[in-house]
Amino acid sequence: MEYKISIQNLNLSIGKNKILKDINLNIPKNQVTVILGPSGCGKTTLLKCLNRLIDLEENVNISGNIFLDGEDILHTKSDLPGIRKKMGLLSQRPYPLPMNIYDNIAYGLRINGLHNKHLICESVENHLKQVSLWDEVKDRLKEPASRLSIGQQQRLCLARGLAVEPEIILADEPTSALDPLSSTAIEKKFIELKQDYTLVMVTHILRQARRIADYVVFMYLGEIVEHGTADEFFNHPKQEQTKAYLQGTFN
Amino acid sequence: MRFLKNERFLNFFMYLFLGIIIAMPIIIIAGLFYKSESVLHANSLSDLLFSTEWKPFQGKFGFYSYIYSSVLVTMLALLISVPICLLAAIYLTQYAKSVYLKVIQPVIDILAGIPSIIFGVWGILVIVPLISKYLAPFFGIETAGYSILAGAIVLSVMIIPFILNILLEIFKSISKELPQASIALGATKWQTIKYVVLRKAFPGIISSIVFGLSRAFGETIAVLMVVGNVAQIPSNIFQPGYPLPALIANNYGEMLSIPNYDSALMFAALILLVIVLFFNLAARMLISRYETKL
Amino acid sequence: MRKKLLALEEHFFKLLMQLSIALIVLVLSLIVFSIFYRGLPALTWEMISQTPKGGYYFGKEGGVLNAIVGSLYLALGATLLALIMGLPVAMLMNIHLRKFKRLVNSIRFLLDLLWGIPSIVYGAFGFSVMIVLGVKTSLLAGIITVALFILPIMIRAIDEVLKNVPVGLLEASMSLGSNKSQTSFMVYIRQCSSAIVTAIMISFGRAIGDAASVLFTTGYTDSIPTSLTQPTATLPLSIFFQLSSPIREVQNRAYASAAILTFIILFISVLARVLSNKYNKNKIS
Repeated sequence: MEYKISIQNLNLSIGKNKILKDINLNIPKNQVTVILGPSGCGKTTLLKCLNRLIDLEENVNISGNIFLDGEDILHTKSDLPGIRKKMGLLSQRPYPLPMNIYDNIAYGLRINGLHNKHLICESVENHLKQVSLWDEVKDRLKEPASRLSIGQQQRLCLARGLAVEPEIILADEPTSALDPLSSTAIEKKFIELKQDYTLVMVTHILRQARRIADYVVFMYLGEIVEHGTADEFFNHPKQEQTKAYLQGTFN
Repeated sequence: MRFLKNERFLNFFMYLFLGIIIAMPIIIIAGLFYKSESVLHANSLSDLLFSTEWKPFQGKFGFYSYIYSSVLVTMLALLISVPICLLAAIYLTQYAKSVYLKVIQPVIDILAGIPSIIFGVWGILVIVPLISKYLAPFFGIETAGYSILAGAIVLSVMIIPFILNILLEIFKSISKELPQASIALGATKWQTIKYVVLRKAFPGIISSIVFGLSRAFGETIAVLMVVGNVAQIPSNIFQPGYPLPALIANNYGEMLSIPNYDSALMFAALILLVIVLFFNLAARMLISRYETKL
Repeated sequence: MRKKLLALEEHFFKLLMQLSIALIVLVLSLIVFSIFYRGLPALTWEMISQTPKGGYYFGKEGGVLNAIVGSLYLALGATLLALIMGLPVAMLMNIHLRKFKRLVNSIRFLLDLLWGIPSIVYGAFGFSVMIVLGVKTSLLAGIITVALFILPIMIRAIDEVLKNVPVGLLEASMSLGSNKSQTSFMVYIRQCSSAIVTAIMISFGRAIGDAASVLFTTGYTDSIPTSLTQPTATLPLSIFFQLSSPIREVQNRAYASAAILTFIILFISVLARVLSNKYNKNKIS
């Protein structure tokens, strides 16, 4: 199996609280990796380490290494925006930028130096089509993005992330604010996307993990309890804690 | 708390007080209008607003130089304080550690409560000499220091805590995830601030400016003490001016023997009120239009 | 190249931002410092404990006790009146009229407008009403004018907190069988007690510091008022009048009076913080 990201001995504390303890993990390329665990186990923090959004927090102490295609991204000072650009982020709730629908997608392109109107226009259309939003919004591209429904907004955010052509998509419980229909749409999209992207998704919904995961990581209290392919993890769990969690008797 | 059982008594007062508040602006406007009617009769509106002729004994009341001073002092004050407040607010909420803000916030709150007379005293102690001894000579101008510029500087310092407080509230209310979304797309922090944070905050920034403006426009004592109180169209900002509130404060109650004088001063109060209300309403409309566009 | 330019731009603005903050802190602390620096040397026990004697404004003996007491009377009276009128209105807006969102928002807008009206307008208007009614300048007239002037601040400060109270609290109280007034003054009042304290302190500070609204309405006198119908001296006006004197001695007393006023304001600010922390404990969030 080919690995996209490799995390080694990652430790992280905020103030005096240890949030992540000795994380060692390889994330396979072109697969959906699901990070499972009860809330407060550090899975969102782990995700934020990958694209260095953790830098925005205060009093963070971090050690270890994260390699992206063999390059250490945790300790490089140069070109953070470049690293982040490689990873699209989909957060719990959609946060459309305070602009119209068109500009929401064009923003990332312009930020990264594309100013050719024709190319931007083309890219906006392509990516809206890619998330199946084009038909719903093509006549109202100049409307504020905040007028879309939550489900549409989340797909817009996905399109926005895809437009800067990342290699990895990070998703932090991306369906938790959505209705079942929109959730299914996002999940389907994820399965399609793994052809071209590496996906990492945080969730606490077991059934969602079963539906889309290729590789599963189970975290508890800042530590990785168990990780393995979906088949191994769901059908032949090794740890007692994992078994309990899968059976719903975990407390 | 027996009396709370019977709601009718209490409700009566609740609605009465609310009624008073709702009626207040109407009563004030109507009252001022009623009082300024006689001066409006004797002079045309355009003469009142656009003439500089101020000869109370001949019944001529041209407010132009007073309005001009008011506008000039206010605009200058905003020109000084708005950029400073905006820069400070961005730094405190976007760059600085949160401890920083926690230290500075009470300081700003306390300073927002300092009375205008104190700012006036400070203006006389520090700003006026500063202008007459250093600033004006630098430009080759001789002045006693009591000037439009002195008024503007004192005003700008007065409204800084006021505007800064509103701006801080606005930037703090923007959820952390919004800038994060932009940063995750590969934008730098500065790009995010320029294109996302400022955009989101725009209506709030406008309203903070308007609140500052109406505060500055009507400020009386502090400006009166340092602005020189000479009715003229100043040719530069080192010359004295005479804003509307100062005119009212200096003359009202003393010149009532001159016919129409009190009416003219009431008209001055009406101008003040109308301008302040106009800006508030305009800002409100601008904001609501902008918000539907986002 | 583009990136370097961007980084340079960011550095430049960051520098400007730090300068702005430094400037604000510097200037504002300079104000307090310069007032105390000039005022404290001239401040004597006599200034605080005596009313002006004959010839005080020509440098003879006396103090500004009349203005200190007058200001306190005025600010206390106005704050009390504004609280009596403002608290019920804030409750009304957030409990009785809760379902009429539009109306309540219009009232909020109106209050913001009122807050924007310059105090000199209140003063001038108040005075002309007094002329019509044939009332002379007095403590009471000042109290009413100032109360109306601080009323919008008072209501909005309480309202800001009340409007964020979860609707569940109202439902819980009503389902226990209490009526709206009981909900207001027995339940919600605890929820917003720290906001009320803050509102009182802000209003008091505004009331004691404002000069323009009392200029025509309270008059000025050298003695301490003994009834509501007598005119009253206030600290801001006292400072103003003393400062207009050409005699240096009297000017120094103006600075001393300014130091007294500044001290009162600082004291209120600190007190407000302490009290509002103390009253915060019963609050549910």
